[in-house]
Amino acid sequence: MRTSEPTRRQTLGMLTAAPLLGMPAIARGATQGRVVIVGGGFGGATCARYLRRMAPGLSVTLVERNPHFVTCPFSNLVLGGLLGIESITHSYDGLRRDGVEVVQANVEAIDPAGRELRLTGGDRLGYDRLVVSPGIDLIMEAIDGYDEAAAERMPHAWQAGSQTLLLRRQLEAMEDGGVFVMAIPQTPYRCPPGPYERASLIANYFRTHKPRSKILLLDDKDQFSKQGLFQEGWAQLYGDMIEWLPFGQTGGLIAVDPDTGVLQTEFDTHRADVANVIPPQRAGRIVHDAGLTEGGQWCRVDPRSFESVVAEGVHVLGDAVIAGAMPKSGFSAGTQAMVCARAIAALFAGESLAEPSFVNTCYSLVGPDYGITVADVFRIGPEGSIVAVQGAGGVSPMGADPEFRLREARYARGWYTSITQDIYG
Amino acid sequence: MSNLAARPPAATTRPLQVPALVLVAAACLPVAASAGDAVRGAVLAAPCASCHGTDGHSPGEIPSIAGMTPEDLSRAMLDFRSGARPATVMNRIARGYDEPEIAAIVAYFATKAQ
Repeated sequence: MRTSEPTRRQTLGMLTAAPLLGMPAIARGATQGRVVIVGGGFGGATCARYLRRMAPGLSVTLVERNPHFVTCPFSNLVLGGLLGIESITHSYDGLRRDGVEVVQANVEAIDPAGRELRLTGGDRLGYDRLVVSPGIDLIMEAIDGYDEAAAERMPHAWQAGSQTLLLRRQLEAMEDGGVFVMAIPQTPYRCPPGPYERASLIANYFRTHKPRSKILLLDDKDQFSKQGLFQEGWAQLYGDMIEWLPFGQTGGLIAVDPDTGVLQTEFDTHRADVANVIPPQRAGRIVHDAGLTEGGQWCRVDPRSFESVVAEGVHVLGDAVIAGAMPKSGFSAGTQAMVCARAIAALFAGESLAEPSFVNTCYSLVGPDYGITVADVFRIGPEGSIVAVQGAGGVSPMGADPEFRLREARYARGWYTSITQDIYG
Repeated sequence: MSNLAARPPAATTRPLQVPALVLVAAACLPVAASAGDAVRGAVLAAPCASCHGTDGHSPGEIPSIAGMTPEDLSRAMLDFRSGARPATVMNRIARGYDEPEIAAIVAYFATKAQ
């Protein structure tokens, strides 16, 4: 691996650099500093891109195991037959053009004390600062009978790509009049409104192609994101096709049997023609192995820099982090990454950290022409954690006219185009 | 929690720590702004790109910010905030910023237009 060799551009970048005093790590390389980022999703790729924009003198290396990124946002449009998978697949060429070194590799281990990564195959990668944006791992063992093999028959489709295509093929193969069952975990999990958008767009597909079919949602909680808006839209667009069973009516999902298509809850047994089992979640494996989750499920960070509270020089972003009031979303991860990139640039320049500001705007499609949102602005609150600014934010109005819903649906597509171009374009 | 309680203290200026280029850019702003305000504006404006595109150049269905005059952008944000201008989501977002913060965001986009 040649990733430790400074490029000519990086060497030239040093000539315009700030004084090197107080930055001993820099003496090891020919740049102002070396940042390695693990994970090329919304958090990691945004951080890489913005570091190149904010601090061109830093060398930025992105380590990602996949050659492309398939977004979870808009994967529900693929499940609903509205988009092909290629529409949500993004290459890393835009990042390369911006001077990010992209290394396709698996990370075996992080050594925070030695400031080094070990990659599969034995290569080592040193860093001055590390950013880890590992996304989620699925806790399959929380559900009896569910494991990697079961997920090939009862897909989770909560990490986009082959799982998305598998569930789409199952929906296409299902007979009209079949029952699609989705099991939905307790909070916190990636993309709180995602399951309900998924139910909506599969209902839209059924309505036109298999109108006698039913959708059953087995929820491990008693309320959900944008609930009133979803239920209003479901009644308008899909009649009684979607049935939602809250935790209070199921007692929670206990077990699944891929051979019979059965999902067992505390109170009842449900048979599915197609089952989508979304297990509970935790931060991606690599941060657990590195001790960054302190034995819990998620990482704690300083919200001004996203530096781990337990590992100096290691920043963690996105779904893997407890970020106060911010939901786990691609938008959240991106806005966190912008704050993290600015903090890293300031730390290398010996400047103090700027007071951060965050936004999350989460679009959901209830139908192709029916969009709804939840939006919030976030700051650091008096207790030092991230809080929503009171008096701002909230969800789309109930009872809005079709023109309003259509505009939000168009803006949902506009958001997807804008954010993916900003990061990957 | 009150609206004010959720807010950080006003940004302090750190002229000695701000690169000269930023100072020059700040001096050229149509709105009088300190170097600390320039950093503040950049921080506050960063998330705009996720919907409105890089530097406010939207490639899709969401309106661009780039190309708006500072007066129009300021008026739009203040009117979204007050509710005088109808919106889908921008009224909910604009209420997250006070008037000095909106001025800092407007000043940031003004530097991008140069």
